Amino acid sequence: MQSGQLAADPAAATVTDAAELAFATAQRSEQLRRILLPLAGGAALLLVWWALVEIFQVKPFIAPAPQVVARTVYDKFGLLMSNLAPTAIEAIGGFVLGNFAAIVTAAVFVHSRNVEQAFFPVAVLINSIPVVAKAPILVLLLGNGLAPKIAIAAIICYFPTLVNMVRGLQAVSPQAMELMHVLSASRAEVFFKLRVPSSLPFLFSALKIATSTATVGAIVGEWIGSQIGIGALIIQATYNFDSALLYATVLCGSAFSVMFFLAIRAIELSVVRWETGVAP
Amino acid sequence: MSLAPALQCEGVSVRFVNNRQSVTALDGVSLTVAAGSLLTVLGPSGCGKSTLLRVMADIVRPQAGEVRVLGTTAEAARHSRQIGFVFQDATLLPWRNVIDNVRLPLEVGGHPALPPGASGPEELLRLVGLTGWEQALPHQLSGGMRQRVAIARALLGGPRILLMDEPFGAVDEITRDRLNEELLRIWRETGTTIVFVTHSIYEAAFLGTEVLVLAANPGRVREIMPILLDEPRRLRARETPEFMRQAAHLRAVLETC
Repeated sequence: MQSGQLAADPAAATVTDAAELAFATAQRSEQLRRILLPLAGGAALLLVWWALVEIFQVKPFIAPAPQVVARTVYDKFGLLMSNLAPTAIEAIGGFVLGNFAAIVTAAVFVHSRNVEQAFFPVAVLINSIPVVAKAPILVLLLGNGLAPKIAIAAIICYFPTLVNMVRGLQAVSPQAMELMHVLSASRAEVFFKLRVPSSLPFLFSALKIATSTATVGAIVGEWIGSQIGIGALIIQATYNFDSALLYATVLCGSAFSVMFFLAIRAIELSVVRWETGVAP
Repeated sequence: MSLAPALQCEGVSVRFVNNRQSVTALDGVSLTVAAGSLLTVLGPSGCGKSTLLRVMADIVRPQAGEVRVLGTTAEAARHSRQIGFVFQDATLLPWRNVIDNVRLPLEVGGHPALPPGASGPEELLRLVGLTGWEQALPHQLSGGMRQRVAIARALLGGPRILLMDEPFGAVDEITRDRLNEELLRIWRETGTTIVFVTHSIYEAAFLGTEVLVLAANPGRVREIMPILLDEPRRLRARETPEFMRQAAHLRAVLETC
C-alpha cells in the first residue's frame, strides 16, 4: 500500500531508483568479497605449507609439499576414484538407512511417550559407544563386505537425526495445536500438515551434520580388514610411508564429504523456503 | 438481528492444576451472547478472559457448568464449523503462502467443501483487503497483514461465531485503529456473532455492543455493560462525550476488579 503511494510520485521514484542502484552495487561487491576472501585464505595456507616444507627440508615421507600432493592426485586419479566409489556407496547407503530409521523412530516417539521413555535411554547408551569400538563388533557380525560399513555409517547418522527430529516434530506452538483442534483435525492431519513441515529445518540441520559423520563412519569401517575404499587406502599408504598418497586420499575423502554436504544444502534451499526461527 | 442467543454459559468453572497447585481460572461464570452482537471481554490479566474464549471454542473443558453454542454443545458447534477462532499470534503456517493458509480449514477436519453461499478464500482475502497478496509467504507480511490473513482463515466456511483472543494486541496503534474499523465493517457485512477479548478499554468500548468486565482471582463476571454509540461507528466516535463517559465508567469498574 505504501509502496504504491511512493511510486506515484515521480521525484520520489528517481530517488528510489538511485538508492536501489547503490544498494545493488554494494550487494554485488559484498558477494564478491564473500567468494574471494576464503579463496585468499586457502591460498595463504597452501603457501605457508609449501614454505614450511621448503625451509625445514621436511622429508617427503613425513609430510609432502602441496605440489607433490597435487601431482599424486593427478597421477593416481584412477586408483583414488576406484577406492572412493565403495566409500561413497557406503556413506550414502548408511546416510539413507540411518536417517530413514531415525525419522521413523522420531515419528513413533512423538506419538507414544511410553515407547520414547523405554527406548530413548537405550538409544543414548548405544550412541555413547565410540565408533572405533562399534566397528569391530559390526565387522564380526556382518562379515567383510559393504554391509558392516553401511551399518556403521547408518548408526553414526542415526542419533543426531533422531534427537533433532524429535525436537522438530515437537517444536509446534501451542496455538497452532489449538488451531488444529478448533478445526477438528485428526492426529494424522496434525502430523502431516503441521508437525512434519515444522520439523524440516531441524531435519536438514541434522542431515547436514550426517553427511560428514556418514563419511567418517564408512572410512573408519574400512580400517578393519578391508582391501578397498578410502579407509583401506589410508591404512596402506601410512604403512608404506607413502605420505603423498596418504594426503591425496584424505583430500579425496574430504572433497567427497564437502560435495555431499553441498548436495544436501541445495535440497534444503529448495525445500525450506520460509523464514525459520521467526514466530509464525 | 434475531434475539435468540448464540452463546450461553451457565455457571462455568475452570480449574487448572499447576505445580500441584489448583488455580481457579473461572468461577461460576454465566452470560448470554445474543446472535449478531459483538461482545468485548475486558479484565485485568489473570481474570480468565482467554480461558472463557477457549471454553466457548471447546478447547478447554469446564469442570462445572454448561456451555450452549447455537443451541447445541460447544463440541458439536466446533465439529460443524460454526466457530472461527483468531489467536493473539496470527498462527499462520510459515511454509504456506497466504491463500493456502486461508484454505487450511478445507484441508483438515473433514470439511473439504464450502457450505452453499459461503465466501471462498479469494473473496475473504478481498474482504480483509489483501487482494494481490495471495502468493506471499507469512514472513513477507507485516504483523497487521498477518492478522488479517488469520481473520480470513477464521471466516472460511462462514462460521456464525467468531472468537477473537486479543488479536490486535501486538500491532501498533495506528494499524490497530484501522483494523478495528475494518472488523466492524466485516461484522456488519457478515452478521457474524463476535466475542472479542482485549485489555484495552478503548478497544472494548469502541468495538462492543456490550462489554463484559471480568474480575480476577478467581475469574468471575463483574459487570455486563451495553455500549450506546451512533451506528455505524467511526473512529471519531471515541472523541465524543458519550464515549468518554462510558469508557470512564469501564475504567472505574476495572479498578474494582
